[in-house]
Amino acid sequence: MSVTALRDQAFEKRLAARKRNGRLFEVICLLAIIFGMFMLLLLFIDIATDGLAWLRPQLFSEFPSRFPEESGLRSALQGTLWLILVTGLIAFPIGVGAAIYLEEYAPDNRLTRFIEVNISNLAGVPSIIYGLLGLAIFVRELELGRSVLAGALTMSLVILPTIIVASREAIRAVPRSLRQASFALGATKWQTVRNHVLPYAMPGMLTGLILSMSRAIGETAPLITIGALTYIRFDLSGPLDLFTVLPIQIFNWISLPQKEFHDVAAAGIIILLAVLLTMNAAAIYLRNRLQMRWQDL
Amino acid sequence: MNSPSSNGHVALEVNRLNFYYGSSKALADITMRVPTRKITAIIGPSGCGKSTFLRCFNRMNDLIPGTRLEGEVVYHGENLYTPDVDPAEVRRRIGMVFQKPNPFPKSIYENIAYGPRINGFKGNRDELVERTLRQAALWDEVKDKLKESGLSLSGGQQQRLCIARALAVEPEVILMDEPCSALDPIATLKIEDLMRELVQNYTIIIVTHNMQQAARVSDYTAMMMLTDDRKSGTVIEFDDSNMIFTRPKDKRTEDYVTGRFG
Repeated sequence: MSVTALRDQAFEKRLAARKRNGRLFEVICLLAIIFGMFMLLLLFIDIATDGLAWLRPQLFSEFPSRFPEESGLRSALQGTLWLILVTGLIAFPIGVGAAIYLEEYAPDNRLTRFIEVNISNLAGVPSIIYGLLGLAIFVRELELGRSVLAGALTMSLVILPTIIVASREAIRAVPRSLRQASFALGATKWQTVRNHVLPYAMPGMLTGLILSMSRAIGETAPLITIGALTYIRFDLSGPLDLFTVLPIQIFNWISLPQKEFHDVAAAGIIILLAVLLTMNAAAIYLRNRLQMRWQDL
Repeated sequence: MNSPSSNGHVALEVNRLNFYYGSSKALADITMRVPTRKITAIIGPSGCGKSTFLRCFNRMNDLIPGTRLEGEVVYHGENLYTPDVDPAEVRRRIGMVFQKPNPFPKSIYENIAYGPRINGFKGNRDELVERTLRQAALWDEVKDKLKESGLSLSGGQQQRLCIARALAVEPEVILMDEPCSALDPIATLKIEDLMRELVQNYTIIIVTHNMQQAARVSDYTAMMMLTDDRKSGTVIEFDDSNMIFTRPKDKRTEDYVTGRFG
């Protein structure tokens, strides 16, 4: 068929239909995001109407109590902060170490592939299973009791797979040319990993850490399983103390019959959300800051 | 065919070298002597194993899993591939410049100082950085911004920074894998001038696709081709560059350098 004119009616008709399909798809995608945002907004309005009035200084300064107006999150906030801190200190070095081993040192054989597949599988294991494991090993066998340390060790198990996977991704993103440059100067493997691979991969690894820790903040099941308490009326003084965390405290308040406690719980949820958002913001800030050092151009 | 007319010193001696990626033979039966303080160019069509061959000289192929080498690469009387030779030591003595400039995402100063530091350099670092940058003809352009990132330089400057970085660990041999293929003609010319300068003190082996470049800068040229079964590459002719480019002995070399093929 030879082209005799620029305008081809049949083609133009088809083109119009193609463009219509494109627009239709765009609208569907738009609806999807509106739906998600709308539900989030609804949730937030619901919580805010109940909880905003209860966002008072007492919420931070008081321990839990039988009286709603005297109830606070003091021990739960301390517990959450302690738990994240210790969990991060345990999980990050182990996770990064495992990722470095798998990416840089592990021989390419069946065992390695078996481990790799199972790390991904572990990320999908329900967290309550880790709770049972923690109860058996950390609480009972190692006799750590229902302490922050036992909780943090358990929580480390929950987030380790995520940290390992994120760290491996980050290490794999290091350009090959950078490694070669280092090796070509006579650097050993360890020097190359420490001086080039790790710094370059650090933003990605930290992002993985913070995102998995914000998951850990919201986790309740494994901590209930190992027996974290809800009614703690003393300040935490170390990793071997009994503890509770925000979501457990919130859950406890919601399960009480009085309406006032439900509102205190709503206020608690606002705090939990605030902590989560702060951590995610920190992750983004950290990532951008570190990345800027690399991409000076 | 594998010993050029000159009878100067030999920097590297390749004996009956075969190289394998897994089970496929990439290089077959290469024997040649690389003369000291000369520029030796390796030319040949794409995919004939020039870069693979170049990386045999500093054991960079060791980094690729599943590779294997037979034969010898002798340097100062010792086979680089004997088990007790550490590849890190080899790479310190035989430096490398890559196809695409790959400075570290660190300051210009750190790019130079890194190699000496990891190799335990104890002397005056500032002096070393200045000397090396002067050697690489980069000092005047960067002396006021040593703290700036190596990545802030232009492509040609980055490549000279990479050459300086390689020089800083005081190698005797410098391998260059198409060092100008990512550069414009002016930057290329600067690198070529620099190579002529450096060859007074260093042995240089350069892989290039650019025939004019090989003819311009090199003293000797090795012509590589696929073997008759078209599976592995080998050196078919190694001679004075003048000979290679004016009176090649091998018909295939003649066809290649005159542009009739490849």
